[in-house]
Amino acid sequence: MIEQLRKDFPLLQNLVDEQPLCYFDSAATTQKPQVVIDAVNQFYHQENANVHRGAHTLSAQATTKYEAVRDKLAKYLNVQRNEVVWTKGATDSLNLLAYGLTNILGQDDVIVLSPLEHHANIVPWQQAAEKTGAKIALLPISKEGVLDQSAAIELIRDTKPKIISLCHASNALGNIHDVKQLIEASKPYGTITVVDGAQSFMHLRPDLKALDCDFFVFSAHKALGPTGVGGLYGRYDLLNNLPVYQTGGEMIDTVSFAGTTFRNAPEKFEPGTPNICGVIGFGAALDYLTSLNKNELLAYEQSLHQYLLTRLRQIDGIKIWGDNKNNIGVVSFTYKNEHHFDIATLLNSYGIAVRSGHHCTQPLMAHLNITGTVRVSLAFYNNQQDIDSFIAALMETIEMLEE
Amino acid sequence: MDINQIQSKLNSLKGWQAKYREIMLLGKQLPALPEPLKTPDAQVKGCESNVWLHLDLDESQQRLVIIADSDTRIVKGLLAIILACYNNALPQDAQSIDAYQLFEEMGLIKHLSPSRGNGVKAIVEQIKRQVEVLQ
Ligand SMILES: Cc1ncc(COP(=O)(O)O)c(C=O)c1O
Repeated sequence: MIEQLRKDFPLLQNLVDEQPLCYFDSAATTQKPQVVIDAVNQFYHQENANVHRGAHTLSAQATTKYEAVRDKLAKYLNVQRNEVVWTKGATDSLNLLAYGLTNILGQDDVIVLSPLEHHANIVPWQQAAEKTGAKIALLPISKEGVLDQSAAIELIRDTKPKIISLCHASNALGNIHDVKQLIEASKPYGTITVVDGAQSFMHLRPDLKALDCDFFVFSAHKALGPTGVGGLYGRYDLLNNLPVYQTGGEMIDTVSFAGTTFRNAPEKFEPGTPNICGVIGFGAALDYLTSLNKNELLAYEQSLHQYLLTRLRQIDGIKIWGDNKNNIGVVSFTYKNEHHFDIATLLNSYGIAVRSGHHCTQPLMAHLNITGTVRVSLAFYNNQQDIDSFIAALMETIEMLEE
Repeated sequence: MDINQIQSKLNSLKGWQAKYREIMLLGKQLPALPEPLKTPDAQVKGCESNVWLHLDLDESQQRLVIIADSDTRIVKGLLAIILACYNNALPQDAQSIDAYQLFEEMGLIKHLSPSRGNGVKAIVEQIKRQVEVLQ
């Protein structure tokens, strides 16, 4: 099945520097299947028009198609269509939220984050805290970078936070968090719960009704879709009560110089011409993804992850960080005192595409007391052969470094 | 090796592994900077990895003496190449040496990530700035 699926991703068939490509950077952005590329192509060839505006056929068709993707997304996440807002991506959604929730914060109120968060889920909250005098409390994690769930629940009880914002899965280490339990633990305190689903959206296909979070953010480009588009889910009353973030056309009800009234969510958060083509491309990505069996794909990714771990553990001097049991298929490692950049650069000369550095998680790296890692992130379009090529290249890389 | 020897050696090597091996070897031959010299002032901004650089003139001949280090082997090798371009030059000649151009000619810029390419640029610019201050 996987060999068939791999053929759907044209870029994976290409040579890079005359070598076959082993793409292990899906946590940064996934490759795109042909159906997504075709949808984008077809839109500009045959369907291009602005949405929600013209009286003409093309505009009506574009609007229908664009809005149909909102339905697909709502179905994917198991929420209502008016609870999903199109944004530029996870970062944009988090900024909208932190801005919108600044109102509810006061002096010494607590925002709970984890040390595993991406900078996009730290800095906007830091700004909100600076404006309001609120404080940021961090959930405890181990030396290896694994969340201590029971200590986390205790911290929530002790701090009674106004807001919790947590990644469902860590981009740097791949750890999957039991956010459902933490959300439950925060219920008695009326905490607003935000889940950063940038990494879980594709691998875990979360059911937001089951998670019971108040808000959820993600980026389409990490789930087979185009860049520049993503979303924000919000429980409708909470979402609709947020103040407007950016203003302009589309999101208004009436405008006069005496004053302006805004539309309700989701429109009130979607000013200006949206990323129409991006949304339509993402619609094709959702169709593609949902045509594949969720459990089969996940089981396959997990087996690849296990294989990768097993092979890596056989190499002396490799240290693997994070939670290797509950993981979306990311392996973040260091080798003795070698610099992650040297390893990644040498791997690249074998056609192995990995990421090296701090992965936009500097506080996490500081906690682990390292400057960065080499990160291998898997998706269902990887295969065992990719991993074998990676291990062979890594062995030669190590040999070169130790010469 | 002087810069011409380095250049012809690198050009003669086939394949990126061989070139990187040679670059790392050049880095190894560059003496390590003593820890006390790895100060924030000496750090080159705009490099993704840590690079420290000190520049002065030698007393008797008034030629450039540059010492530098990095925490990555490959960048240290690149530093060795840059230093081979500038060390021993007269300050007035240094402004006309374009190490970045040389890296481009050797095809190294294309292969390095853009941030590394910028790093090379940042190092070269820092050298030129400091030379200007000396003059
Ligand atoms: C966990 C997590 N949160 C947020 C982001 C930000 O996503 P984007 O850059 O698409 O806005 C990322 C991207 O790396 C991520 O992995």
